[in-house]
Amino acid sequence: MTVTTPPNTYAAPGRPDAKVAFKPRYDHFIGGEYVAPASGQYFENPSPVNGKVFTEVARGNAADVDKAVEAAWRAFDSWKKTTIAQRALILNRIADVMEANLEMLAVAETWDNGKPIREALAADVPLAIDHFRYFAGAIRAQEGSTGEIDADTVAYHFHEPLGVVGQIIPWNFPLLMAVWKLAPALAAGNCVVLKPAEQTPASIHVFMDLIKDLLPAGVLNIVNGFGVEAGAPLASHPNIRKIAFTGETTTGRLIMQMASENLIPVTLELGGKSPNVFFADVADERDDFYDKALEGFSFFNLNSGEVCTCPSRALVQQSIYDQFTADGVERVKKVKQGNPLSMDTMIGAQASNDQLEKILSYMDIGKQEGATLLLGGDRADLGGDLTEGYYVNPTIFEGRNSMRIFQEEIFGPVLSLTSFSDYDDAIKIANDTLYGLGAGVWSRNGAQLYRAGRDIQAGRVWSNTYHQYPAGAAFGGYKQSGIGRENHKMMLDHYQQTKNLLVSYADGPMGFF
Amino acid sequence: MTPEQTAAAPPAASAASAEEARVGVVTPAPASGPVASAPSRVDVSPEAAAFLVSLTAQHGPLMFHQSGGCCDGSSPMCYPVGFFRVGAVDVHLGDLHVDGIDPIEVYMSRSQFEYWKYTHLTIDVVPGRGAGFSVESPEGKRFLIRSRMLTDDELRAFGLDEAVTGAGAVAPA
Repeated sequence: MTVTTPPNTYAAPGRPDAKVAFKPRYDHFIGGEYVAPASGQYFENPSPVNGKVFTEVARGNAADVDKAVEAAWRAFDSWKKTTIAQRALILNRIADVMEANLEMLAVAETWDNGKPIREALAADVPLAIDHFRYFAGAIRAQEGSTGEIDADTVAYHFHEPLGVVGQIIPWNFPLLMAVWKLAPALAAGNCVVLKPAEQTPASIHVFMDLIKDLLPAGVLNIVNGFGVEAGAPLASHPNIRKIAFTGETTTGRLIMQMASENLIPVTLELGGKSPNVFFADVADERDDFYDKALEGFSFFNLNSGEVCTCPSRALVQQSIYDQFTADGVERVKKVKQGNPLSMDTMIGAQASNDQLEKILSYMDIGKQEGATLLLGGDRADLGGDLTEGYYVNPTIFEGRNSMRIFQEEIFGPVLSLTSFSDYDDAIKIANDTLYGLGAGVWSRNGAQLYRAGRDIQAGRVWSNTYHQYPAGAAFGGYKQSGIGRENHKMMLDHYQQTKNLLVSYADGPMGFF
Repeated sequence: MTPEQTAAAPPAASAASAEEARVGVVTPAPASGPVASAPSRVDVSPEAAAFLVSLTAQHGPLMFHQSGGCCDGSSPMCYPVGFFRVGAVDVHLGDLHVDGIDPIEVYMSRSQFEYWKYTHLTIDVVPGRGAGFSVESPEGKRFLIRSRMLTDDELRAFGLDEAVTGAGAVAPA
């Protein structure tokens, strides 16, 4: 790159001093080895940082998916018999290798996705590492159960893996979302066929290359490609026992339709339009808590807004509305945009050109609907080599909850801001949405904080915080936001089936015949 | 005509002028002009229309279902007819009329439509790479919705009179 590189900026991949060296081409990873696509075709992968192609990736189809599913079943026979201690050890070793290569993975993630390196270093990769460790521990501690039916009859319940499962990964957190699905599936003893998003197909191969010798061949298979060519054959494959997907509602419905034909379970995470509710007592003092709340207001910029739980609706109580929103806008103005590889950069690039175009189309409809633009509202040109990158200025619209910009997940750094009169009004507006994945509530009053958290119809309500994703805190949606809870040991249930042995220790017959 | 009625009616092209149907673009009625005989909720840009012709040659007859939610939510998903099963929860917004191919039906879930019913949608195409199972992504393009508010005349035609105010602004409930 020719742009001036501050000392705290990571070298761009392609330079000799870069932390990661992408291969010029990535094949599928099937049965423990890299396998060329059946079609012989590859697709180009541009970095959203500068819009330039940096590698090409196998264009998978149904034949590749078949091969991967077969390889996974071959591996399953022995993988399911590994002890829990062995599997937990492997998961811990994967975590250790990731930790030893944290910067490499973070730079790969930033280059593939466009996110600021400081987020990849402090959140994406450390959370992924911890996720493996969490499920290594969870599976060690898991036990079946026994039930004494009567003096001679006992019901034993064992957890058994499902078999081969399909997982379709989104592009907003390519590594972390893959690990959210991989860790519980592998811990439970399943084999996996994973399809990364076509926008971000590269970083998962950097990960795979690091850990491939830790897993038996065929336990984890990666088939790249487009949804219509590789994702659909995976989701509809008659020999998978479960399909997991993170994405949007139409594809979620389509995957359920496919799963219904095979009578297999699904877990879905389909996004939301998360409310972030600020009660008046937040502004009682100008202290650390007020500062924290303003950070909460600004959190819609995390990952350039490309988060299923982006707090993209701010609801501020009328009595503090003018001052609090003025302070909030000032805070957002300080969000530093720039080269995603710079440690100073707080907001990076959108993941793809079409994502950029979609965000701009929402800014257009927001203006047409009569929303008032308080900040931003357009594309950002960062100049130099970044001029072709996909950057958007942090944007704040003021309007009404019935507007489309309040109802649809824009998936960009775009905040829709409105006010509420009292508690009931806040809950009514917060719940006036098709979705229920995340929400935020801010108050100095513990009882109000608790009640609001319980009254908001969402699977995760951050209370006096936002955007924390520790393993051990269940994550999943109410309403149209999906099915299942990731990020918690309860996800093991979604990757296991129950074997009941009903055993009689009686010496004689039952007496029927 | 409401979308619910449209769902059971013949393609709207029968009421559109031959010229409009030929080019696949229905010109919206001006706000101050007379109500068009067949106001439409959906339209297609010339670029998207040409692209749909080539996609139909590859995949056969196509349809759209408008998505919501995360990631590629808000994208119109384009599928071969029969690939995605629409149901009672869906609204048929109308058809796209492109010369040389069958009318392309456009659907959206009824719950989502409640929030979208005041807007007119034009399906456009941009360079990009969408996820999901939409047929266009291997071509390096992505269908995209361009929206505009319905005009007062269109609102009345769709039975949304309550949204029409003196200023011509839309004030959804």
